[in-house]
Amino acid sequence: MSKVLGLTGDGAVAYAVKQSNVDVVAAYPITPQTLIVEEFSEYVHNGEVHTEFVCVESEHSAMSACVGASLTGARVFTATASQGLALMHEILYIASSLRCPIVMAVVNRTLSAPINIHCDHSDMMGSRDCGWIQVYVENAQEAYDWVIQAFRIAENPEVLLPVTVNLDGFILSHSLEGVNVLDDTDVKRFVSIRKPVFTIDPDKPITVGALCLTDFFFETKRQHVEAMNQSPKTISKVNEEFAELTGRRYDFIETYGMEDAEAAILCLGSTAGTVKAVAKSMREQGKKVGVIKPWVYRPFPAEQILKSIGNLKALAVLDRACSIGAPYGPLCSDIISTLYREGVKLSVFNVIYGLGGRDMTPFDIEAIFNEALEVAKTGVVKEPLKFVGVRE
Amino acid sequence: MSKEVKPGWKSIPIGGILLEPGSALKYKTGDWRAFRPIIDGEKCINCLLCWIYCPDGAIIREEKGVRVDYEYCKGCGICANECPVKAITMVEEKR
Repeated sequence: MSKVLGLTGDGAVAYAVKQSNVDVVAAYPITPQTLIVEEFSEYVHNGEVHTEFVCVESEHSAMSACVGASLTGARVFTATASQGLALMHEILYIASSLRCPIVMAVVNRTLSAPINIHCDHSDMMGSRDCGWIQVYVENAQEAYDWVIQAFRIAENPEVLLPVTVNLDGFILSHSLEGVNVLDDTDVKRFVSIRKPVFTIDPDKPITVGALCLTDFFFETKRQHVEAMNQSPKTISKVNEEFAELTGRRYDFIETYGMEDAEAAILCLGSTAGTVKAVAKSMREQGKKVGVIKPWVYRPFPAEQILKSIGNLKALAVLDRACSIGAPYGPLCSDIISTLYREGVKLSVFNVIYGLGGRDMTPFDIEAIFNEALEVAKTGVVKEPLKFVGVRE
Repeated sequence: MSKEVKPGWKSIPIGGILLEPGSALKYKTGDWRAFRPIIDGEKCINCLLCWIYCPDGAIIREEKGVRVDYEYCKGCGICANECPVKAITMVEEKR
């Protein structure tokens, strides 16, 4: 049985964590993630959860406490955004390299300066190579659903990698939506309890974080790469089981209109919702446009994206982050490498948009689709990297 | 340097974790040494300052006097510096 609750994106995350039998939450509040910490601390205060809630003095300490807790075999959650994620940066690598299956909601917000509290993906893209599984969601429902699935994915002994669930700051975090929530018992059964592979236990001592120099370090990194490469099997299995429980089917990517699309937009997060709405109205006018929305960004769903681009002639990749000095934004670089590696000839252009929370309007998206249709017709990309929504 | 073949990424424990306590004993650090401490038993007064100061526990107490455990001594020279009777000299390693 499920019911519909009015929840913000942050509220949906807090509710999912409340139901997921989490042992330890160590978190520090930061806009726009604050509601998660606030609402979860209320659950703790009201005795609705057994979770040990650790109030820390910074995000660096939050992630450090999470690593320690996770090594004891506990199920661990935290949440952050923007500068908080940046402050965690060094511990993000330690968490993933020590194979701590922590789940973290990242409520995407840009990085200073100038100081700004609104959405873009600069925070997570700045820590893109931290070795975590990274998921981006479109709405509060997806945030709720992926947080629950994230525990199962992270803690699987064949994965043992931390997972971030990224939701767009304010656009999702503070917007109220009807969210289908599961019964507590269904979620508890689905997430079960963590069965750790190794734990720090005085009766069976192990050494964690030992010095590892030229003779072994490379091997541990190679293992980490392999864990990420092997994780898709578990992600698919968890998606499958979640679909059986809820009827809501997740995958590495979601596509719309791709069966006959000649031009498409590929983007992450909440923007995909607007892009789908614009695509729908354009398709009603007979324009063959489509949408690709990766849910899973790391491991990069190259295979699924390649499979989806069947008849495509032009692709606009939307990056809500800017890799200053690079040929393209981070998402577009991944797409172009994927296409090049497979020898796929497809005209691609990159759109940098929405920095610091600048709105991406349906009008902007329609213009991008029209440009992509033009590229599909002519095969000529006039502007490989363009900025949409910025004043000249 | 030891010539043993070290295990590859497929066979080591995950995350750089050491499952066996006390395994640092297997890591012989003696080959880091550039200078070798030589104790002159005639001069040694058995005050044990070298044994106290050695950061690697590489000074071994014996029934009479002390000796250096060259498998682990990194040759830092702290023992020679602390010895009040200059019974320890640092001699360059020749390999």
